[in-house]
Amino acid sequence: MFRLALALLLSLTFATMSPAQEAAPAPDRSATGGAQTLEDIMARQRGEEVDNSFRSNALGDPDSAAGMANQLGTLGGSSDPELWRALRFGEANVTSTSRGPAATTLIQDGGMRWLLFRQGPLATYGSYLLGGTLVLLALFYLIRGRIRIDGEKTGRRIERFKAIERFGHWMLAGSFILLGITGLISLFGRKVLIPAFGHDAFSTVALASKWVHNNVSWAFMIALVMIFVMWVIHNLPDRTDINWLLKGGGIFSKGHPPAKKFNAGQKLIFWSVIVLGTSISVSGLSLLFPFEINMFAATFDKLNSFGISAALGLGELPTTLAPHEEMQLAQLWHAIVSFVLMAIIFAHIYIGSVGMEGAYDAMGSGEVEEQWAREHHSLWVDEVKAKEAAAPESATPAE
Amino acid sequence: MKVMLIAFAAIAVIAFGANYILGQAGFSSQDQAAAPSVRLDD
Repeated sequence: MFRLALALLLSLTFATMSPAQEAAPAPDRSATGGAQTLEDIMARQRGEEVDNSFRSNALGDPDSAAGMANQLGTLGGSSDPELWRALRFGEANVTSTSRGPAATTLIQDGGMRWLLFRQGPLATYGSYLLGGTLVLLALFYLIRGRIRIDGEKTGRRIERFKAIERFGHWMLAGSFILLGITGLISLFGRKVLIPAFGHDAFSTVALASKWVHNNVSWAFMIALVMIFVMWVIHNLPDRTDINWLLKGGGIFSKGHPPAKKFNAGQKLIFWSVIVLGTSISVSGLSLLFPFEINMFAATFDKLNSFGISAALGLGELPTTLAPHEEMQLAQLWHAIVSFVLMAIIFAHIYIGSVGMEGAYDAMGSGEVEEQWAREHHSLWVDEVKAKEAAAPESATPAE
Repeated sequence: MKVMLIAFAAIAVIAFGANYILGQAGFSSQDQAAAPSVRLDD
């Protein structure tokens, strides 16, 4: 189920990345003896898709090799250009004494696509998303203002989150903010920070930020598991959610729809954090242990065989990827999903702090004003009160 | 507030711990990608 959801998210994202391009009819290359023509080079420079199969398939033929004693016989049926093409298109049989996992990939041309996407659309739309979210939240604050406790405060407080729950929440929150900041430093280093602060200053910042990003990730993953285990039971969808969502959570109306411990909005936050956080963790682990965890060739294979990639107009996705391409795709995926989760968390931070009176106490002291709880989580308060009434006062000493 | 600070401290402990454990277990880039004959430390 998770893999399927991941695959779906993945395909939705990549749907916008590569516009389908029609392959031109095979041009006449007789003038160059089958090698690329000026027109091929010009087409590539115009940014057009060039069918490279006339090069990627021209790798020589060992079966038709000249005898060892003949001229050129020692080349084994492949000319030097053919050997280089084999290296460039990942078809050469390379052996290496180096222990590195990707040591036999000598030329990897996916890097340019990755670099351009990372510096271009990823950085641009990522910052639009974060900036746009902040603008929307500011507008919401200006229009709606702080959501106040409507009724008279009672002065009584109800325990909403135990210490261990708040511990898990703050470990997740603290690590996420650290990871978010250091991730943005890594992404915007070359384009923004180096031009602004210079190479020397950025070098120090980048080293520190890489250390923090790599090592704090474990706290995030541990906290993510904690939060899931502690809160999943309260976040299963039920009938009250439909009513809550239909009334828009009562954000623009007087009064709030009834909700249990978590309302539908909070459940959406919870599942976003769990699903997107897990996806970020998996792609992060893949980057943390380079070339050890390769997810994309397998995922693309699934997308192809389920017909999802074809349905989205992506055609057949590549199922043979160079080790570096796996890492490049993991990095892009990691960043894209992180941007989405950051935007969601901006809204979460807003509503949990300045956006709503009384909300912060739930994670601050763990105890909330009873009137706040009655307005936002009426069904939960009823449950708590019913439990209190039913439970005998065990704290009272026996007489 | 106290719990929040404890959680932040836990993040630091886990980060330093992870760095130490992974380094000791041979997961540094140097150990992973270079043979012993490569003297990166010198």
